[in-house]
Amino acid sequence: MNKSVYDSPDQVSETKRHILTVLVDNEPGVLARVIGMFSGRGYNIDSLNVAEVSNDENISRITIVTHGTSEVVNQIEKQLLRIVPVHSVTNLDQEGSSVEAEVALVYIYISETNKKKVYQLCDLYRARKIENENNTTIFEIAGASERVNRFIKEINEITKVEIVRSGPVAISSIQKNEEE
Amino acid sequence: MNNEITGAEIVLKSLAEQGVEVVFGYPGGAVLPIYDTLFKQNSIKHVLVRQEGGAIHAAEGYARSTGKTGVVLVTSGPGATNVVTGLTDAMMDSVPIVCITGQVPQHLIGSDAFQECDTTGITRPCTKHNYLVKDVNKLSSVFHEAFTIAQNGRPGPVLIDIPKDVQFASGTYEEKSKIIIPSHRLFEPSPDFEKNKIEEAVELISKSKKPIFYIGGGCINSGPKASKLVREFINMVGSPVTMTLMGLGVVASSDKNSLGMLGMHGMYEANMAMHECDVMINIGARFDDRVTGRLDAFSPNSKKIHIDIDESNINKTINVDVPIIGDVKQVVEKMIEVWKEKKLQIDDKALKLWWDKITKWKKVDCLNYNNEGKQIKPQYAVQRLYELTKNTKTFITTEVGQHQMWAAQFYKFEQPNRWLTSGGLGTMGYGFPAAIGAQIGHPDALVVDIAGDASILMNIQEMSTAVQYRLPVKIFILNNEYMGMVRQWQELLHGGRYSESYTDSLPDFVKLAESYKAVGLRAKTTDDLDDVITEMIETKNTVIADIWVTKEENCFPMIQSGSAHNEMMLSKDQKQDKKSAEKGKILV
Repeated sequence: MNKSVYDSPDQVSETKRHILTVLVDNEPGVLARVIGMFSGRGYNIDSLNVAEVSNDENISRITIVTHGTSEVVNQIEKQLLRIVPVHSVTNLDQEGSSVEAEVALVYIYISETNKKKVYQLCDLYRARKIENENNTTIFEIAGASERVNRFIKEINEITKVEIVRSGPVAISSIQKNEEE
Repeated sequence: MNNEITGAEIVLKSLAEQGVEVVFGYPGGAVLPIYDTLFKQNSIKHVLVRQEGGAIHAAEGYARSTGKTGVVLVTSGPGATNVVTGLTDAMMDSVPIVCITGQVPQHLIGSDAFQECDTTGITRPCTKHNYLVKDVNKLSSVFHEAFTIAQNGRPGPVLIDIPKDVQFASGTYEEKSKIIIPSHRLFEPSPDFEKNKIEEAVELISKSKKPIFYIGGGCINSGPKASKLVREFINMVGSPVTMTLMGLGVVASSDKNSLGMLGMHGMYEANMAMHECDVMINIGARFDDRVTGRLDAFSPNSKKIHIDIDESNINKTINVDVPIIGDVKQVVEKMIEVWKEKKLQIDDKALKLWWDKITKWKKVDCLNYNNEGKQIKPQYAVQRLYELTKNTKTFITTEVGQHQMWAAQFYKFEQPNRWLTSGGLGTMGYGFPAAIGAQIGHPDALVVDIAGDASILMNIQEMSTAVQYRLPVKIFILNNEYMGMVRQWQELLHGGRYSESYTDSLPDFVKLAESYKAVGLRAKTTDDLDDVITEMIETKNTVIADIWVTKEENCFPMIQSGSAHNEMMLSKDQKQDKKSAEKGKILV
């Protein structure tokens, strides 16, 4: 809370990570509106992911990982809802249970000396080698962010790598009726 | 394809169907097709301003005085960037505006073409919504949606950017009734959902011993009926009421329950009552920092009810106990219903004690100022203006600064929509073009811009507009040769170092008026004042009245930055409090 020029009256609650999932009309500028709201009002974006989820209805889902006190995140949700093309905002942490995952692609610098260790580790983490025309060692790992973090930490201890990550996407795992 | 018309014709047809009577604008290369179409019709009047910034403030003044949507038409590039201040102003003060900007033809977008700018990019944070229309067949639906969004829920500015080739292209027009706007794009209150909250709020009010209503601009935006209902409810409760700068006029100044304005330069009794109340009923206000003062000392012992149409205002800076999301007139109507149904009443004795306390605070006479001598005090000038105009249908606009606060303190508003000022953004240069807009909307009314000598120069070019359209707008300049509010803060917080706040080389305002073929008047002493005001009112022409006021008058009472409601500074204890000055200096 408190974006006023004056000191805050209330003891603010603790800062936590939150995953927001935002359904929007897939129209030009909609992502800029969402991002601009965050930067303009001084909120944090830890990661952001956007993709069309329904072809016929032209709706995209934006998954935003942010951190802040519950007051701040509450305000973020309300500010998001003010944006005209936004359909709905769901805070998956408030929903109770959700499933999240992300994808990382890892280019691994491989040599005869580290080859065995690398493959062992990739096996352990179920990272999958992606075939490509240059036959370089590029692995794909998917799953919860902590798992990806651990994999990256360990592979870094063995050899040099280059990494690209999607940032998490998440979905509520609460049972729903089909009519909805 | 017989019923195809050009994009420019669709623009005009959409405006006509939306009931638009007047457009404020300035032509340029990228809107020439629209201006060409405008030339060939008679139903919509165009008011040519002298700078685009003037057009949007005029549209704001028109919108706020009439309750209709203000429409602006400007060209691409500089035309669009010049309206950014006004869009932000309308956004902050919730004014319904539809702003049409021309854009370079689509094949040139992104090429840094002449007079090209990323208009939708620049205006995204300062509009409620904006559009770049690439398909002429979507133009009419965009227009109808834009007008709905501008007026719906919490009103605000909407911008439509139209590339020149789309203005020339042929397409079909769709009528307003055929456009279906998906519900998620609009604000739709759910009165039933709030019913429990309304009952809770009404019960809370009935049990209070020291209630206060805190009324904001949302009551004005909700329409005249809202003000009527708010007055009715307050009378039923018998509670004191205070209004924000934007809410002045919702309850009549002469109403026995009214304590006047609250906040930084508000009334002592209003701020003290806010500090000590046990139940606060916020209707259509947003706990702005100019109102609350220091947050950790804001009304520490009260239960707070907050009625707002914009959910993001709830718990934004102040936590409230009973939030109600909805339109003021609908919510207050329900509250009255419940109050009557349950035959509720506040404890008489407690209420009397509360009023006794307030009467004591009133005796402090916080607006008191030293009015000796022949020199005109700015407060006195506003008081005389009020006395001499109170029986006329008068609209008051202001610029921003000391004169604005004196106008708010000393001019008594009896009705909503008569007071037009830039509250949220605090835009110097707002008042004069806003007065032009108000006069266009109310040709027979008296429209006075209470101005400062610094502010008026920010949009003085609009003199030409006022004279061209024979608008008898009156500019009432409280001339102290300073940026008065800047000077006041420098005196109180920066050790009296008046850095760049003296306005040297001011024009001779009388000759300035005459050079535009308007009328210039001047009052140098209290002896001239009434005659000048009377002549100003009676002159059927644009008038600049240059009122020479004492140069170093400060605006009191004042809650210094970083202080609380019960720590007001009055004119008699003008000495500097070093500690709060140091703390206040870093704030705005």
